[in-house]
Amino acid sequence: MILGAILAIWLPNLMAAIISMGIVGYSLALSFMFLGAPDLAIVQIIVETMSLIILIAAIIKTTEKDTPDEKKLSRAVLYIGSTAFFVVFLLMSIKVFYQLPPFGNPALRMASDYIASGFEKTGAPNLVAAVILNLRGYDTLGEVTVLFAAVVGLVVVLRKTGRKR
Amino acid sequence: MVYILPIILFLVGLFGVLVKRNLIKIIISVSIMDYALFLLLAMIGYRSEAMPPIEVKGIEYVKFVDPLPQALVLTAIVIGLATTALLVGIAIRIYQKYGTFDIEKIRKLKG
Amino acid sequence: MSEIVKTVSRIFAPLIIIFGIYVTLHGHLTPGGGFAGGLVIAGAVILLVLAYGGGIERLTRERTTTSRLESSGILLFWFVAVLGLVIGGIFFLNIMGKGIPFAIFSAGIIPVCNIAIAIEVGGAISTILLALVLFKRDKK
Repeated sequence: MILGAILAIWLPNLMAAIISMGIVGYSLALSFMFLGAPDLAIVQIIVETMSLIILIAAIIKTTEKDTPDEKKLSRAVLYIGSTAFFVVFLLMSIKVFYQLPPFGNPALRMASDYIASGFEKTGAPNLVAAVILNLRGYDTLGEVTVLFAAVVGLVVVLRKTGRKR
Repeated sequence: MVYILPIILFLVGLFGVLVKRNLIKIIISVSIMDYALFLLLAMIGYRSEAMPPIEVKGIEYVKFVDPLPQALVLTAIVIGLATTALLVGIAIRIYQKYGTFDIEKIRKLKG
Repeated sequence: MSEIVKTVSRIFAPLIIIFGIYVTLHGHLTPGGGFAGGLVIAGAVILLVLAYGGGIERLTRERTTTSRLESSGILLFWFVAVLGLVIGGIFFLNIMGKGIPFAIFSAGIIPVCNIAIAIEVGGAISTILLALVLFKRDKK
């Protein structure tokens, strides 16, 4: 998966880079299956297919070439600086991991209530649907509003009569 | 310690956003950062030897995976698709106007 | 596209739409739900559009239809939420009875919300892809 991500960043041909992004997405769906989340796996597979279609439709009429890097001092400084930043970030995040619950044994403060009484409260056997639509309806309402806003923005950007230049 | 995997994936995406100059590459990197975040959230909710959070007729109570991060990730995946589409739309408009995906050339052209 | 692609997509698209409706309606019993069902339905719409194409006017009409569907989906979701506020005094109150567990018509407002979300997501994704296709067609 990480290999697919590195390939997606590094490959000079944009079509190959998009297909490598597909590797990342589909293996993410597989990991969701192993982590016990079939809902997420279904949605992830379909979303990955859709986003590949969108990206390929974007590059098929424009260009496939990546822009090459110039050999300049500022680029080298950028590479070295970001690498150093990443090392610092990794060390800090390792310190953060000790605050997180250990893998496979999370601290179920809120979710234990949902698991214990969600079925009796809502009557839905699928606890994810119960959480999403009944116990935490506000979250879903906000996300649906964000989706609507994104679609309206896309239609405005891509409308036929462009704005006045 | 398994949490190191999504962090490395996130860093790869961040590297792409910072260093790359092509708009499509930047969009791909943002998507990879999205995926890393979803993976981290799904990992936090995982319990070893647990069932997916779906009650089955007949079986009373088994150990369930945490449903709360799954619900958050489920909505976030669809939002990620919509934002990717919005970025692609803006990128296509920029290509139509300037004829390139290179952000440094676009900065030099200035409309 | 060639005749084979057209025929296959004509046969398969209704089946895909039926599968999307099934996933939506059983969202509170099995894995799936409004988001997955809406995405499957949008996939069928996109299959038809890619296989058949069509003129700009027809595609524009279809895009108007899908964006209207999207808006009505989000309105239905709000309507269910406000109905709980009016009847019971609490936003998102579960106003309908819980019914028998493990039946299709159970769990109160969850199936209704699933249908609303499926309409919303399906309309949204179809609108996105139709807008991209229309943009390409326009530029030529």
